[in-house]
Amino acid sequence: MINSLFLINPSGEMFLEKHWKSVVSRSVCDYFLEAKEKALEPEDVPPVIHTPHHYLISIYRDKLFFLSVIQTEVPPLFVIEFLHRVAEMIQDYFGECSETVVKDHMVMVYELLEEMLDNGFPLATESNVLKEMIRPPTILRSVVNTLTGTSNVGDTLLTGQLSTIPWRRAGVRYTNNEAYFDVVEEIDAILDQSGTTVFAEIQGVVEACVKLSGMPDLTLSFMNPRLLDDVSFHPCVRYKLWESERVLSFIPPDGNFTLMTYHVNAQNLVAIPVYVKQSISFFECGSDGRLDVTVGPKQTMGKTVEGVMVTVHLPKTILSINLTATQGSYTYDNGTKLLVWDIGKLNPQKLPNLRGSLSLQAGAPKPEENPSLNIDLKIQQLAISGLKVNRLDMFGEKYKPFKGVKYITKAGKFQVLTITASINKYT
Amino acid sequence: MTPMQKLLQLPVNAMNMVKTAQDQMGQQDEAKSPVMTPDGGNHNWYNGEPNDPRHIRFGSGGGDQEERAHLEEGGGSLSSLVTQPLRHDDLKEMLDSNKDSLKLEAMKRIVAMIARGKNASDLFPAVVKNVACKNIEVKKLVYVYLVRYAEEQQDLALLSISTFQRGLKDPNQLIRASALRVLSSIRVTIIVPIMMLAIKEAASDMSPYVRKTAAHAIPKLYSLDPEQKDCLIEVIEKLLADKTTLVAGSVVMAFEEVCPERIDLIHKNYRKLCNLLIDVEEWGQVVIINMLTRYARTQFLNPNMNESLLEEGGGEKAFYGSDNDDDTDDEEDKEEKEKKKTEATAIVKRKPYVMDPDHRLLLRNTKPLLQSRNAAVVMAVAQLYFHLAPKAEVGVIAKALVRLMRSHSEVQYVVLQNVATMSIKRRGMFEPYLKSFYIRSTDPTQIKVLKLEVLTNLANETNISTILREFQTYIKSNDKDFVAATIQAIGRCATNIGEVRDTCLNGLVQLLSNRDELVVAESVVVIKKLLQMQPEQHSDIIKHMAKLTDNIQVPMARASILWLIGEYCEHVPKIAPDVLRKMAKTFTNEEDIVKLQIINLAAKLYLTNSKQTKLLTQYVLNLAKYDQNYDIRDRARFIRQLIVPTDKSGALSKYAKKLFLALKPAPVLESPFKDRDHFQLGSLSHLLNAKAGGYQVLPDWPEAAPDPSVRNVEVITLLERVTTLTSVPEWTKCSSREKRKEKKADKPFYSDSEGESGPTESADSASDTASGSESGSGSEESGSGSESEESNEESESASEEDEEEEGKKKKKNVEKIKARKPVPESESEPSSGEDVKKSEKKSKPRIGSSESESEEDNDSESESSESEEEESEEESEEETKKKKKTTASKPPSKPPKKENKKEKKEMSLLDFDDFDPAPSPSQVTPLNNFLSSSLVTDLEGLSLTDNVLSPTTIIPSGNLKTYELLHRITGEGLSVEYCFSRQPFSPDPHMVAVKIQFTNSATSEAKSLHVEDAKLQSGMRIKEFPEIEVLPAGETVSVVMGIDFCDSTQAANFQLCTHTRKFFVSIQPPVGELMMPIFMTENEFKKEQGQLMGMNEITEKLTLEEKCQGEHAVVQRVTTAANLSRVPCGSDKECRFAGKTVTSGSLVLVSVVTKEDGAAQLTVNCEKMVIGTMLVKDILQALTQ
Repeated sequence: MINSLFLINPSGEMFLEKHWKSVVSRSVCDYFLEAKEKALEPEDVPPVIHTPHHYLISIYRDKLFFLSVIQTEVPPLFVIEFLHRVAEMIQDYFGECSETVVKDHMVMVYELLEEMLDNGFPLATESNVLKEMIRPPTILRSVVNTLTGTSNVGDTLLTGQLSTIPWRRAGVRYTNNEAYFDVVEEIDAILDQSGTTVFAEIQGVVEACVKLSGMPDLTLSFMNPRLLDDVSFHPCVRYKLWESERVLSFIPPDGNFTLMTYHVNAQNLVAIPVYVKQSISFFECGSDGRLDVTVGPKQTMGKTVEGVMVTVHLPKTILSINLTATQGSYTYDNGTKLLVWDIGKLNPQKLPNLRGSLSLQAGAPKPEENPSLNIDLKIQQLAISGLKVNRLDMFGEKYKPFKGVKYITKAGKFQVLTITASINKYT
Repeated sequence: MTPMQKLLQLPVNAMNMVKTAQDQMGQQDEAKSPVMTPDGGNHNWYNGEPNDPRHIRFGSGGGDQEERAHLEEGGGSLSSLVTQPLRHDDLKEMLDSNKDSLKLEAMKRIVAMIARGKNASDLFPAVVKNVACKNIEVKKLVYVYLVRYAEEQQDLALLSISTFQRGLKDPNQLIRASALRVLSSIRVTIIVPIMMLAIKEAASDMSPYVRKTAAHAIPKLYSLDPEQKDCLIEVIEKLLADKTTLVAGSVVMAFEEVCPERIDLIHKNYRKLCNLLIDVEEWGQVVIINMLTRYARTQFLNPNMNESLLEEGGGEKAFYGSDNDDDTDDEEDKEEKEKKKTEATAIVKRKPYVMDPDHRLLLRNTKPLLQSRNAAVVMAVAQLYFHLAPKAEVGVIAKALVRLMRSHSEVQYVVLQNVATMSIKRRGMFEPYLKSFYIRSTDPTQIKVLKLEVLTNLANETNISTILREFQTYIKSNDKDFVAATIQAIGRCATNIGEVRDTCLNGLVQLLSNRDELVVAESVVVIKKLLQMQPEQHSDIIKHMAKLTDNIQVPMARASILWLIGEYCEHVPKIAPDVLRKMAKTFTNEEDIVKLQIINLAAKLYLTNSKQTKLLTQYVLNLAKYDQNYDIRDRARFIRQLIVPTDKSGALSKYAKKLFLALKPAPVLESPFKDRDHFQLGSLSHLLNAKAGGYQVLPDWPEAAPDPSVRNVEVITLLERVTTLTSVPEWTKCSSREKRKEKKADKPFYSDSEGESGPTESADSASDTASGSESGSGSEESGSGSESEESNEESESASEEDEEEEGKKKKKNVEKIKARKPVPESESEPSSGEDVKKSEKKSKPRIGSSESESEEDNDSESESSESEEEESEEESEEETKKKKKTTASKPPSKPPKKENKKEKKEMSLLDFDDFDPAPSPSQVTPLNNFLSSSLVTDLEGLSLTDNVLSPTTIIPSGNLKTYELLHRITGEGLSVEYCFSRQPFSPDPHMVAVKIQFTNSATSEAKSLHVEDAKLQSGMRIKEFPEIEVLPAGETVSVVMGIDFCDSTQAANFQLCTHTRKFFVSIQPPVGELMMPIFMTENEFKKEQGQLMGMNEITEKLTLEEKCQGEHAVVQRVTTAANLSRVPCGSDKECRFAGKTVTSGSLVLVSVVTKEDGAAQLTVNCEKMVIGTMLVKDILQALTQ
């Protein structure tokens, strides 16, 4: 299956390599580097590259390339999914996934990789199991380690892999037994210039942080499970019970995990929390244009919209801009032509506005494609779909856990189109 | 021998080892190279290379020792590799010390070096000594080192072997496993026999974890020494029979790597693998599913074989497109479809196809995995369904695949490739998700292009205008590659869909005036292809394009224009020679591809219009004659011979005109993903569209099904199963509570298995009226929900019996089976007939299992699924018997069982003769049904007038609040609403009457609407409504069902079934509907109220809302909120209501005392405190809002 893994930074340096079978020369990466050179953006590098003797499957994540070398037929998604797990594992262990972090914890990352695959086939990818074998670093532990000369390798023999519930480690003990669930919803939407919704849908995820002793068996039910159209689960969730009773029944992993992701029924109308009034226009002749953007709250269910941010990719031919914002501040990078307007909280009484002039490079024609605005926002204590957790029951343990649910709504891929005149050629 | 020299410089305490090593090496040196694989040799070379000192000196990390190394090297020759090992002296020292902490530090540095890709091979002797180190951390790191370098230093690595051999015998399973893991990972050929032995031993280890490790070791050994294949296959065979989920994934992976062609090894384990699948870890699932796809292709018949005959005729569309297209399709089309359908059924009739139950088992058990979080698992299931499922069922995967599209861009890339392939074969599947493939400006180009591909594949007459509008916005994109791809996509849409060809062409022509040359060029190329289809009508476009030659510079576009003009020079007789004139002028500066087309143009013009172009042609040919490119020179020579008549010119010149001006077929613009599906989807080979190493070809379906009995498992395993049963995984017996929970968890499985298999199986079998008994069972199953419920109940009760007894029974059964073994399954099904059935009757579910012999832990699961067929047959038999009984009006003398459902069922049978507001199941004709239900509503009206004495108590049924049970869209046209009719439910006074209204807004009729498979809280019961046999399109029908909610507001969950689908629905009653009004006098009320004090009384102060300050309004609101009747009262400041709960008959008393300014006090007295509190809440809400 997976032969080798290389971690490559954006400048093309291979700063970590791990081989699970025979060693593969670094030079295979040249094919990849070549493709990387060709691609304009790192995202454009093809995920699968065919070289004379090997296949290279790579992912780009957190500004790092994870490149795996394959010799024989294997489902590409298998490898891609695994590489993402590696990235998540690094993130989980060290708080972030970046070149410096990996370089700082080289040995531990290497050991983790050693445990995750055996002969190229995934062996232990559950974070709970891995953490039992190799303990994640904490400040306290690193102090102790330097004093005593021990390291983070688990000294007890792990039992997690032996159990029928591989995702949960045995013998968990907490003094405060807590279970928290975050229902996070993202609105993906495309609004056209008049503010009508071209496309909108809600993606949700239930993130859990469960710190419960022993082997709790939890059942989470929703007030309105019929809202959920398409769901995917952590392996711990019992599919059958969901199918029949629409409840989530599971023995949770210890710590943080993603319990489920869902997609809200397309029939339900999506409430769009903000509206955007905008006009970006360029004068037919001359080298000038105007930009005027106003953001206001729309359907917010009585909650405040926070963290509003508007990002505009301005046309390449823009020379400079001169804008004033009534609220928040804007930054503009002339190299990437990226205009970011950080508004913050939306105040319905006084709508934030950004306006000013744009000047084009001399002689450049009027840009053809009008830029689209990407909106970022956040609403606390609201799941925009109306999904509500009904109750959480625990079986199998005697103590009374502390339970909590939090709702957050965010903007996902939230785009506002500014395409002006579109003469319909075809109809 | 440089490494040897290095070794000589080792510290003294390493000397002994070095000596032995040296001896070995000396002997082996010559023998060594053949041992190494060519690959290995390369690595050695490669590993030497980055040892270039520069690397090491400036490498990151490392710290002081590298600094020192640098200093040391300062004296020596920089490039020499000989001095290099000296630098690791400090590490060696540390490794030789007695302190574990020093060793650990050294090992960490070494591993960090390895991780960075630096060579640490020279430390091998120093490291390998520590393999027996007590410190577990050091040990682990030493293992890491060994695995990395053992291959290069085989002889030294041998020193460590004995440690591992010792480890293999350790009492701790984890140590055994890790010893085996390392032992099998050090790729040293000499130890192959040792490895083989270790693997064999570990394969029969007690611990499943060790067995799993053994399975992992198999491919390692195989890659090291393929000679061992036969031995390894034996081990694989053994491990395949393993029953634990832990081993399953790993051993199948080993199977795939070592002997994928030995499909026969799977037979016996097939059912077990299917049943275990859901509990196997994610990665194992992927491997197993892919393998089973291949297996199924060799063992089962093509479920679509009947349709495939019609495929060319567009049968596909009738299957998929029908839902979406119907409204736009004209009558003619419909007729055609009808014809096709009848044709299809005709064929089906001729050739009955019955799906192998094992085939069904696979489909059923993989389906829930579509919900996996792991994209690879979802994709694996999707490809399984694509390759194996009947067409009508493939659709389920679309939603899951669309979900994957929201994942990382790499996942999207792979999924889109597969969707592109699928969407060619099964367009209808993805049509509802068209919008999900719209392109965002932030998508990477490769994703954009793939999405475009999918959109193009999905385009049809109905959605083409939306798609084209979408394309139009894409053309404005900055990403020029993407724009070019879009233009090509438009071209493909135009060729595929005749209706839009002209609009597309016009659009493309407009693009010719685009500012961007690339866009223009691409448009030219596409227009050229389109024009080839109908050149006559478009001479003006050709003229327009001819003019473009002045401006456009992209060679491909120029060449295309020239070709067009040449080809259709008759349509533009005036312009063509002029173009040639211009081209002749610039000939020398043109690209090769353009030059060739100029020659072509010249030749064609010469043949059609030699008068004007003779000279020009000769000029061009002369220029070409001296061109640098030999292709052009050749072409010129060839053409001159052909067209210019000379004395010597051969016979061919006569045919020159025919040669050049032959009618050329228009190019077919087709998807690059066409026919990609001969590769297994989701595979690397599919992605690359080329066979990757180790790819196993997906076989074609067999003509005739191989013997299905090979999958029957021997009886022995059954006995084993009894033992495994007693050793249930520990977590299931944590507590009694948990156990119950598990039981509950089991329950849905039965329903599930039936739920899923029911409709399709019946669909399959219903169509083949030829095979009598089968079709009978099918229709029976879908026909009467109560039957299947009964089977549920039976298997349930079976599972409730304690294990021991079950074991005994099983043994008995085994004997029984032995007696009539070997009966191949196929035989035992319909043909072996009555006698089998009779014997089965007594121990029904078990027979099924003993035939299937599935040995998973949760035996009852498989039982119900396996025995399904048989059962349903028996049911039909039983059913008829029961009917006889009832018609003879003899109550069935079955002893009452503890199951509520059972009771109810029997009651309905009993009641059959006595009264008939709810007619008996499965006997009602549609018309009848219609009448009876309307009768019920009529009766309701009657009872309304009956209660006229207390007019305020009952609100008119028009005001009844209706709730949605099934939305029109989720119900695929069937919408269902319900309301609480507040009528006493006559068949059972302890039930709440629920009026259910079905509306069929689909275009086709819905058949056999019934309730199935209720999932109820304990004590709750359901009296189903009689089955509605047919509900014509556009019609509405109401029925009444009774539910005993047990005085709780828990929802009643059940399945609402049509002949094709099942919907999970639930009815949750407001608390106010759980009671019914009773009549009481004022005194009685006071007396009762006095007895329900204290805890049973709840008082709440409230402020009445403005609109409801009158007495009438209060009464109105309270009775709307709860089904209570008013109790007469002397004071007009007080309103009193009374009722009792439906199930237990507990009194519910409500009084509302109004005071000044809308203030009021609400008192509820009820024995059931929960009901009381909830009622207070509801009434409060009713009064204040």
